[in-house]
Amino acid sequence: MLFFSYFKDLVGREVTVELKNDLAIRGTLHSVDQYLNIKLENTRVVDQDKYPHMLSVRNCFIRGSVVRYVQLPPDGVDVDLLHDATRREARGG
Amino acid sequence: MSWAAPPEEDIHLSTSLASYLDKKLLILLRDGRKLLGILRSFDQFANAVLEGACERVIVGEIYCDIPLGLYVIRGENVVLIGELDLEKEEIPQHMTRVPPEEIKRAQKAEREASDLKGSMRQRMEFLDMD
Repeated sequence: MLFFSYFKDLVGREVTVELKNDLAIRGTLHSVDQYLNIKLENTRVVDQDKYPHMLSVRNCFIRGSVVRYVQLPPDGVDVDLLHDATRREARGG
Repeated sequence: MSWAAPPEEDIHLSTSLASYLDKKLLILLRDGRKLLGILRSFDQFANAVLEGACERVIVGEIYCDIPLGLYVIRGENVVLIGELDLEKEEIPQHMTRVPPEEIKRAQKAEREASDLKGSMRQRMEFLDMD
C-alpha cells in the first residue's frame, strides 16, 4: 500500500501520466485508488496534434494497468519520508 | 440480493467511475479503438456498459462515427475513460466527417500502406540501418 499512500499525498498536484501506448497526459491529480487507477482533471494531451480525439476530454479516468510512468513535480517526493516508509513496509508494516 | 454498492462518502472525491454515470464518455481501448457513448454501469475492474455506443474512426483528416448499439466492455481492454466537455469541439474544425464506406476505404488504404512499409523494412533488414 506504500505507493497508494504516496500517490494519495500527491492529490491536487500537477502530474504527467505516460501510458503504455505512448500517450502522455498532463493534468491535476484528482484521486487514486488501490489499483493505482488515476483520475486527472483539467487534462491536456502532451502531443495534441497526434491525438485529435482527445481535444474535448477535460477529466479522465486512467486504468492503473496501462500506466508506464507518472512524472511528478520536482518537489513531489520527500526522500527521507519515503525511505522511512519503505523500511517500515519492508519490515511488514 | 441488492446489486447496489455500499454508499460512498462522496463519489466526486473518489476514483470510482460513479461520477461519470449517465454522461457521454470517450473510452480508449488497448487496440487503439475509440468508443463514444453514455456510461450506464461499471464495476471495480472498469468493466463498463455503454449505451448508444459508436466507434470513432479517424484516418488523417477525416473521421466517421460508426453506430454500434449497446456495448459491454471488458475492463482489461480499457486504457482511459474521458469525460467529454460538451462546450468544446469534440474534434478539430479542420477535420471532415465522411460516410462509413469512405472511412472504411481510407482505413484499408492506411493499413495496406503500413503493411507495405513493414515488409519493406523487413526486406531491408540486411542493411542494418540502426
